[in-house]
Amino acid sequence: MTPAVPEKDALREFADNLKAAPRRVLETAFRSGPPTTDRTRSTFVFGNVFLHLHAVRTHRWSLKWSTTMGLGIMSVSAFLITLVTGVLLMFYYKPYPEAAYQSIKDIHFVVPTGRLIRNIHRWAANLMVVAVILHMARAFYTAAYRRPREYNWLIGMGLLVVTLGLSFTGYLLPWDQLAYWAITIGANIAQSPREVTDALGITNYFDPGGLQRLILLGSDQVGAEALIRFYLLHVMLLPLALAALMGVHFWRIRKDGGMVRPADADEQLARQRHEETYPVFTEAPAKTYHLAAIVRGRTANVGRGPENTVPSMPHLFYAELGVMMVTLLACVAMSLVSDAPLKELANPSVPENPAKAPWYFLGLQEMVAFSAFMGGIGIPSVVLIGLGLIPYLDRETEGTGKWFGGPGGWPLVRLSAVFGLCVPILLESFAIRFGWLREWFPNIPQPIVTAINPGTLLTLVYAMYSLWCIKRYGSVRAGALGLFTCFLGGFLVLTIIGTYFRGPNWVFYWSPADWPKH
Amino acid sequence: MTTKPKAAVSRLDPEPMPRRDWLGLGSLWAMGGALMFGLLGMLKLPKAAVLASPSKKFRVALPETLPAGEAFVPPGRAVAIFRDGEGIFAVSTICTHLGCVVKPNAEGFECPCHGSRFHPNGEVRKGPAPRPLPWLKVSVSGGTVMVDEGTTVPQGTKVA
Ligand code: HEM
Ligand code: FES
Repeated sequence: MTPAVPEKDALREFADNLKAAPRRVLETAFRSGPPTTDRTRSTFVFGNVFLHLHAVRTHRWSLKWSTTMGLGIMSVSAFLITLVTGVLLMFYYKPYPEAAYQSIKDIHFVVPTGRLIRNIHRWAANLMVVAVILHMARAFYTAAYRRPREYNWLIGMGLLVVTLGLSFTGYLLPWDQLAYWAITIGANIAQSPREVTDALGITNYFDPGGLQRLILLGSDQVGAEALIRFYLLHVMLLPLALAALMGVHFWRIRKDGGMVRPADADEQLARQRHEETYPVFTEAPAKTYHLAAIVRGRTANVGRGPENTVPSMPHLFYAELGVMMVTLLACVAMSLVSDAPLKELANPSVPENPAKAPWYFLGLQEMVAFSAFMGGIGIPSVVLIGLGLIPYLDRETEGTGKWFGGPGGWPLVRLSAVFGLCVPILLESFAIRFGWLREWFPNIPQPIVTAINPGTLLTLVYAMYSLWCIKRYGSVRAGALGLFTCFLGGFLVLTIIGTYFRGPNWVFYWSPADWPKH
Repeated sequence: MTTKPKAAVSRLDPEPMPRRDWLGLGSLWAMGGALMFGLLGMLKLPKAAVLASPSKKFRVALPETLPAGEAFVPPGRAVAIFRDGEGIFAVSTICTHLGCVVKPNAEGFECPCHGSRFHPNGEVRKGPAPRPLPWLKVSVSGGTVMVDEGTTVPQGTKVA
């Protein structure tokens, strides 16, 4: 029997398929084809697992530079940069005392491109802290935390804490003098609730401070156990936590209807617009709206047409990629001109003098120099709780989505900025010039110093000022504007004093040139 | 829970919680409880039971001539040992503020980190340190001194 002669030439078909294979792989990966029409641009977004964190269309208001200043994306970009460079550093880093220091030295001096990668990692980490703080400020000043975004503000606070945690744990890893003494101080701040339990005489029964320190260090001193714990936190637990929180953060942004915008955003845009927008629903929708049956009540987009939106691909994505490139450029540029520091090998018997924490903690260190508990735990907790409560206390609607929106507005913010900068400068000048309670009354009991010191006074003055704002403007938002601005001012002043004006023995010096030589 | 009688309910919004569902609810709570219990158990792991720190006791020979009031700091140890007419005593040089190592000087001790100052007997003179520097247990045998950094003794305890 001879096989039937095939009608088609199978070999030829095989060859054709082979030729077409690369194109088909691409087609099946991006099923909607090139994003050239509005419909394919939409399918491009929701057909892609990574892109569909974004809505298919973006409101024009969200794309305005002044809405977000790209700060959130800048935080993400900095995080991605630290992620990539961090993985590269892990090829050589050894998390064991001495060896850790040597491996960082190798990375810095021997490993090809090691120094550049290490510098980029450092700079991206610093930039991330700056970007996250500024991003929080922008979310605050545009009143973006209001309904329905309250919870996302809380998620954001989680992101802030984890970001600071990542930076701090990374600071220990080089195991040099700077790292060792910063961590010693940090671990003892974790133990400082003892300042209170000691005063109450209950430390023997109830010692949360000691427990925190023990869990953090895995030992009663800063050593190999502490290093491996910080390493675990730095390369594993905290990045995972950050990634998870970011996922929720972004998902929520979508569900909350995208970026916040003023109620009259559409009118404002209409007044400024040069080009025409065109209606979206020119054809019958390709999908039926099953979800519409389940969604109940007012979700962010119910009752509004998709007018004044543009396809996220390319408008939003190109803007995001632009911010990413700028972030990367900034990190690389800084890395080329300025090296990450590496001091001598850690020496547990001679502290670095002055021993300074990373710059964003120097404001805290400034307060810690009066009371460990208040400066390191008490006041930061009050600040975090206060920030977290803002969306639940300010239930107003005036000014949502506007910069410095709300009663008082920009003039109030300006006044608060002056106030918020002056009070800590005055308090610090006084304390630096005349000393504090213990210098005047050497036998004063510790609880009094814990309760009354420049840090607590500052917090109190700010709180009173905020209450005054609420009363003066008859609005909780005004109080929040006042308090948040003061908080930023205080953070700035204390950080600058701690960074530039504190020398050996934490004594005030006008410039490092005046530091005593030893 | 109750619903208003005759409240319009759709197929997607059934009565909030039919009473029969207590079994399901109960098992959910049981599962939640079990997970919490497991979580608490897991939290025990990072709290080390045995601390891998080197021995807190060490033995040193004091220099022959150690004037009263002058501190002898054994290399690599955070302890200052003194000898005067009444005997030998040791003061910890770990700052009670945030754990930096203080330096003995003519007036007592000074801390480089946040400027705490201490009297020679360990009492706080100035700065943020909340407690005096503790005195450590010493014992003398033969020509050498044994210091136990893990045991504190009341201020003023001197060993002949
Ligand atoms: C790792 C840290 C963070 C990352 C990566 C991040 C990322 C983002 C991104 C990409 C956006 C979109 C809009 C924009 O670019 O501004 C956003 C919005 C938002 N973020 Fe964050 N964020 C972080 C931390 C925070 C913090 C600390 C807060 C406040 C406590 C916060 C509160 C918010 C709020 C309320 C919105 C919605 C703003 C609006 O609707 O206009 N985020 N975040
Ligand atoms: S650690 Fe000594 S003053 Fe802070």
